[in-house]
Amino acid sequence: MTAEALDSAKILEPSPVTQLRRRIFGHAGFLFGAIVIAAMLAMALLAPLLAPYDPYDQDLARRVINPIWHDDGKWAHPLGTDQLGRDYLSRVIYGVRISLLIGFATMIISGVLGTALGVVAGYFGGRVDMVITFLITTRLSMPVVLVALAVVALVGGSLTVVISVLGLLLWDRFAVVMRSATMQVRALDYVAAAQAIGCSAARIVTTEIMPNILNALIVVATLEMAHAILLEAALSFLGLGVQPPLPSWGLMVAEGKEYMFFSPWLITIPGVALFLLVLAINLLGDGIRDITAPENRN
Amino acid sequence: MLAYAAKRICLALLVALTVSIISFGLLRLSGDLAQALAGQSSTAADVEALRKAYGLDQPLTVQYLEWAGKVLAGDFGDSFFFKEPVAAMLAQRLPVTMLLGASALTFALVLAVPLGVVAAMRPNSWIDRLALTLAVLGQALPSFWFALMLMIVFGLTLRWLPISGTGTWQHFVMPSIALGYYATPAIMRLTRAGMMEVMASDYIRTARAKGLRMPTVLFKHALRNAVIPVVALAAVQFGFMLGGSIVIETIFALHGVGYLAWESITRADFPVVQAIVLVLASIYVVLTLLADLLNAFLDPRIRIA
Amino acid sequence: MSVILDVQALDVRIPLAQGMLHPVRDVSFAVERGETLCIVGESGCGKSLTSLALMDLLPRRAERRAARLIFAGEDLTRASEARMTDLRGNKMAMIFQEPMTSLNPSYSIGNQLEEALLRHRRIGRREATDRAIYLLEKVGITAAASRLTQYPHQLSGGLRQRVMIAMALMCGPDLIIADEPTTALDVTIQAQILHLLAQLQREFKMGLILITHDLGIVARVATRVAVMYAGQIVETGTVAELFARPLHPYTQGLLRCIPVPGRTKRGTHLGSIPGIVPNLIGDLVGCSFHNRCEHAYESCAATDVSQREIAPGRAYRCLLTAEQCAANAAKAAA
Repeated sequence: MTAEALDSAKILEPSPVTQLRRRIFGHAGFLFGAIVIAAMLAMALLAPLLAPYDPYDQDLARRVINPIWHDDGKWAHPLGTDQLGRDYLSRVIYGVRISLLIGFATMIISGVLGTALGVVAGYFGGRVDMVITFLITTRLSMPVVLVALAVVALVGGSLTVVISVLGLLLWDRFAVVMRSATMQVRALDYVAAAQAIGCSAARIVTTEIMPNILNALIVVATLEMAHAILLEAALSFLGLGVQPPLPSWGLMVAEGKEYMFFSPWLITIPGVALFLLVLAINLLGDGIRDITAPENRN
Repeated sequence: MLAYAAKRICLALLVALTVSIISFGLLRLSGDLAQALAGQSSTAADVEALRKAYGLDQPLTVQYLEWAGKVLAGDFGDSFFFKEPVAAMLAQRLPVTMLLGASALTFALVLAVPLGVVAAMRPNSWIDRLALTLAVLGQALPSFWFALMLMIVFGLTLRWLPISGTGTWQHFVMPSIALGYYATPAIMRLTRAGMMEVMASDYIRTARAKGLRMPTVLFKHALRNAVIPVVALAAVQFGFMLGGSIVIETIFALHGVGYLAWESITRADFPVVQAIVLVLASIYVVLTLLADLLNAFLDPRIRIA
Repeated sequence: MSVILDVQALDVRIPLAQGMLHPVRDVSFAVERGETLCIVGESGCGKSLTSLALMDLLPRRAERRAARLIFAGEDLTRASEARMTDLRGNKMAMIFQEPMTSLNPSYSIGNQLEEALLRHRRIGRREATDRAIYLLEKVGITAAASRLTQYPHQLSGGLRQRVMIAMALMCGPDLIIADEPTTALDVTIQAQILHLLAQLQREFKMGLILITHDLGIVARVATRVAVMYAGQIVETGTVAELFARPLHPYTQGLLRCIPVPGRTKRGTHLGSIPGIVPNLIGDLVGCSFHNRCEHAYESCAATDVSQREIAPGRAYRCLLTAEQCAANAAKAAA
């Protein structure tokens, strides 16, 4: 190949923006996740407009109506009604609010806590690192579900309690990942350069380290959001999460459990909703990792 | 190796100590113990007498030390609800949970390790894609819901397996799958990544250049190095499974520690809850300790340092 | 002397997203028992892939083709994978570039040494251990018996490369392929290892293919030399012929790059070859060196150049006659 040919090859290389766009649209998982999450967000925001009924409205005359795909299903209640005659579609639509709220709020609390601990441990190392590593190990040895159940039982179940408990329990992965990411970045020359010109630790962490561990942080944040949503559902399912009559999907599965022999859709519908939301969040996280750092893909 | 082991054991002891303080605190937080022991219909004098008798009027540190001493001797106190020793209740329930955890872990390993190896051998093949898809789907499946789905399909529709109870080995099949599948994605991904990395390494090329047959290359030279991190992960996952047993055992009415924990929480029977937190955490600490030591033993770079 | 390896028109192709990579093109050479063939070339010229192709250890995607590939009288182009496995480590052995990572960290030196022998011979572990100790001593490792229980991480790079050499010798192979065996080592140790290889090759009357980019090494140990450029062998000959009378412009350029004590005058610039190696994706038309050659004609870019054999074992790949080439060299030296 001649020198001119090499130059033209360089010109043919697409711009970074084009490359990014190609990677985004070439990533089926990311696209699926993004679309599902956008739809779920829209559902949460527009719930009063989308839901045909009030999710708390009971109508004991219309209990356990079958959904539309059954022969006796009615368009008035496309997903049927539950054991108290509440419209199931409306409850599923309002349920996404609870899952997203819990997932997001828990992720923020545990993210702030875990990232702070992880970055401090990774940046300062030595004794500080030892203490924080010890905290992480201790936290990991406590069974999450059991501790969360016990605390909810002691304090009483409510949305705030569930969010606080999960937020205070799920910081471990943030801390572990941020700690090792910080350690890696800290060893790089530009951090040493920043120290050499006398930047404060706080300045180095915010301007030199945080931007470089942001990718890892976003990925953990999505994973932990999914984790929190699953845990809330499990706690509510066991009766020690958010309390009735809130339309939590986990709670809906628990309430439908007694009827699962004859009306299995009472548990399949909220279960599928939960599965789709968690799947979409996980795919979005994987997608962000693949798209922003394709070289880390295995 | 010895220095490493000593350091690691110290850390484990420290963690166990901290966990014991936390679970001690859990019981104290639950309210006035003397009142709980005495029951609803007791007089103030009864409560005071009990407070004295149980040493609840002592400073907290003294109470903790006394409690910890008893725990080390295997005495976890009495259940509020059954009025019998918690230790005996645990001894009866723990084997069921351990069996459930072991069979769930076996299920996860038997499924995930071969899948990870095959996926690594043929990256981007249909089997690799299938394995990765299963991993992604598996990670998003709520375990309590998956358990109910298993129940509907295999218990109610096909009637292959019993849906609740502890009696026979069949009772453990669905709970083990419901508990174990959640660990498979992580184990599979780690096995796959480990195998891919190892298979691309120079020493595998050396092994092939020696004329070793493929099974020898795979099992002796590759898998041995690829599974070292899987050992640690398996221990961690086993710990998580013991924690997760509370959901699964409750659904399948399997009479293990998890079910007991749930019953005790709903009955506000906190001495039992406290003991279970402590026992499960201790098992986790011991497991991860053993895994780390086993890791060190498998890796000569740590063993002979 | 008998020919142990005869290679004719060896090609390696690797399909990539950007097109078909063709890193080894029409490579032909022969190695006789008891001689050392050095394959020289810069990195990326295809010398390592050539050696992997001979051992049939190419990456899975790569495709190997050859008009003739005869090892000890056996046609390797028709050999099954099972047959190749029987030959590897047994009749033909390989020493790699990276001693630090070429040994399995999980097994002892003894285990890894004995393994090849136990695989290829019907003998017991005792005899295998004896052979391992014998060879460790042969490669100059003291306290050989105690080394057997050690693990790779306990040995230095030089020692590990000695172990790799002993490992290659375990079954008494007819041919050893050493792919830049000293590149990763300290300069002082490089000389020892090369000396050792040359000595063992004479002692055991093996064929040795030594792959290197270091002409100093070539001058000291080679019997014959093959110079590779852009996947092709551009010149072959005995070490004396090639150094005294290089024909191909690339060889001439390479030789001008090394200072010769007593001949290179103080203050003169060492040679360098301007330009870059052609992209090896897709088909090359014309001489692969034409864009960097100071003597290139227009026809060089259009005409495919084949090997010209001017004497048995002496060939070059250029449109110019041998006399013209020699004249160019003389002009450049003046």
